[in-house]
Amino acid sequence: MSLKKYILDLRKRRERVQQGGGEKAIEKQTAMGKMTARERILALLDKDSFTEYDLFVEHEARDFGMDKKQLHGDGVIIGTGTIYGAPVCVFAQDFTVAGGSLGLMHARKITKIMDHALKMRVPLIGINDSGGARIQEGVNSLAGYGEIFYRNTIASGVIPQISVILGPCAGGAVYSPALTDFVFTVDKISKMFITGPSVIKTVLGEEISMEDLGGARVHAEITGNAHFFAESEQECFDQIKKLITYIPWNNKQKAKAFPPKPPKFKKNIDDIIPGDPRQPYDVRDVIKAIADDSDFFEIQELFAANIVIGFGRMNGETVGFVANQPLVLAGVLDTDSSDKAARFIRYCDAFNIPIITLEDMPGYLPGIDQEHAGVIRHGAKVLYAYSEATVPKITVILRKAYGGGYIAMNSRHMHADFMFAWPTAEIAVMGPEGAANIIFKKEIEEADNPDEMRKLKVQEYKEKFANPYVAAAKGYIDSVIEPDETRQMLLHALDVSVSKEDHRPDKKHGVPPF
Amino acid sequence: MKDDNQELADFQVHSLKYKTRLTRKYKERKPYEVPNPMELRSVIPGTVVDIKAKEGQSLKEGEVILLLEAMKMINEIHMPFDAKIKKIHVEKGQGIAKNYLMVELE
Repeated sequence: MSLKKYILDLRKRRERVQQGGGEKAIEKQTAMGKMTARERILALLDKDSFTEYDLFVEHEARDFGMDKKQLHGDGVIIGTGTIYGAPVCVFAQDFTVAGGSLGLMHARKITKIMDHALKMRVPLIGINDSGGARIQEGVNSLAGYGEIFYRNTIASGVIPQISVILGPCAGGAVYSPALTDFVFTVDKISKMFITGPSVIKTVLGEEISMEDLGGARVHAEITGNAHFFAESEQECFDQIKKLITYIPWNNKQKAKAFPPKPPKFKKNIDDIIPGDPRQPYDVRDVIKAIADDSDFFEIQELFAANIVIGFGRMNGETVGFVANQPLVLAGVLDTDSSDKAARFIRYCDAFNIPIITLEDMPGYLPGIDQEHAGVIRHGAKVLYAYSEATVPKITVILRKAYGGGYIAMNSRHMHADFMFAWPTAEIAVMGPEGAANIIFKKEIEEADNPDEMRKLKVQEYKEKFANPYVAAAKGYIDSVIEPDETRQMLLHALDVSVSKEDHRPDKKHGVPPF
Repeated sequence: MKDDNQELADFQVHSLKYKTRLTRKYKERKPYEVPNPMELRSVIPGTVVDIKAKEGQSLKEGEVILLLEAMKMINEIHMPFDAKIKKIHVEKGQGIAKNYLMVELE
């Protein structure tokens, strides 16, 4: 018998399985404005780099007539490939096959590629598009989810894990993305929730659309579950590819270095910052004035926009930026911005990415809702994350650094490696008005003209204390620098910290205020 | 990503008033209400499966007022202290949301 026959047979088998759920199901998928699982993988990975595993896996379910059903690939495609030459492991749930529902073999394929990613120490990208647990497979499908969550947790901080929500991701399924480092969403396509609108309506009588309950916009702006929001699947893949260029393959490596480039941004830093400390400006302009090529890759742009986080490069090397945003809520720290910053700091620390902190903030947000929402324990995460981090930690105080916020934002006291301040910095226990009102209470009250006296005392306090020199005199600030010197000073600081060693006491792990 | 939130507002933090944008989440936050101990509100959404008490009835602390089935559990709603039932705002079989006013006491 000729070999040809076997090869033709293999090709036929492949072709059949690669059809996924078949023409009709694919038509339905396309009608929803979605790409198929296979198209997605091919759009994401370098051309011709995808190698598929477990194409011929079939489910073993016997109950409820499942023994008569064939589900191609059991509703998920797994394999390896490259993005700009960097190896990645990938899985994509195939909604055209039984709604991408997760049964035992489906889960085994996913955990197989997860194990592979962890062993090979390369990033894992999971594309989620699934109706949820395969009910016919009962507790086996729950077991499958559990095994995935366990691996997400074990791989956390070892390899980058990226989740892409391109369809429904509901019920227990949401916890895999929630355990990963970056969650990507697409407008009108991503749906994430624990219980859907129909259950909510039956049980609670509350009506809400799927989009308003758990659409991309909601997760990008309100819940913070999503890190990236795109208008289309293609834009989403471009975002993922860009992210991959900033991060290392694993926690033992550094991100790939690029050729250094000076900032493109032509504006003078001095001109970005208004003279009046109550007037806002966009702190991202400062980042762009500092970073290589003025390139700033922002993460969680809409969620807790009062703090800005993201990646850039300095002299070709990836750095993480954490910056208070005076443009939104005056740049205060609150529960959400604390969560957002703390998690990013821990990501950078886990993956050997130096952290540059730009500080301009009036403090923690006062208010009943904040106190009751736990601003104490959430705010503590920022202190914890900065203190725990051993990557190079550099702070530049641009303007306000008041009270608890001053301590939290990578101060010398959190063991920052370099503390710079602009001459406009106001480092004080609180704003001049508040401080003067307390310290000079008696003088103000007893004065013939209390308002005049208050103004005088505020001015007096401002001149004496609302500046960087008091802190500099105590060594809490290493250098007061001119704004235009910032990039040079940061480059120098990063050069000096190349072989930084900073060790923590031996422990199993800390107990952060989760 | 489109950012439709461009307006600057006055925003007081401690002693200073800043010009800044407000987030949707901040604008939509619920104002705090002082809880009224005479109002019994649901702490979990569910269905009222039985009402044991009657309007005008005086009950002792710990006595069962009604049964609320929620999350596959039948929860007994107890009197928080000795008081009289002023008004019952729910009916048997009614599905209620969280924080729904169930019973008023006096």
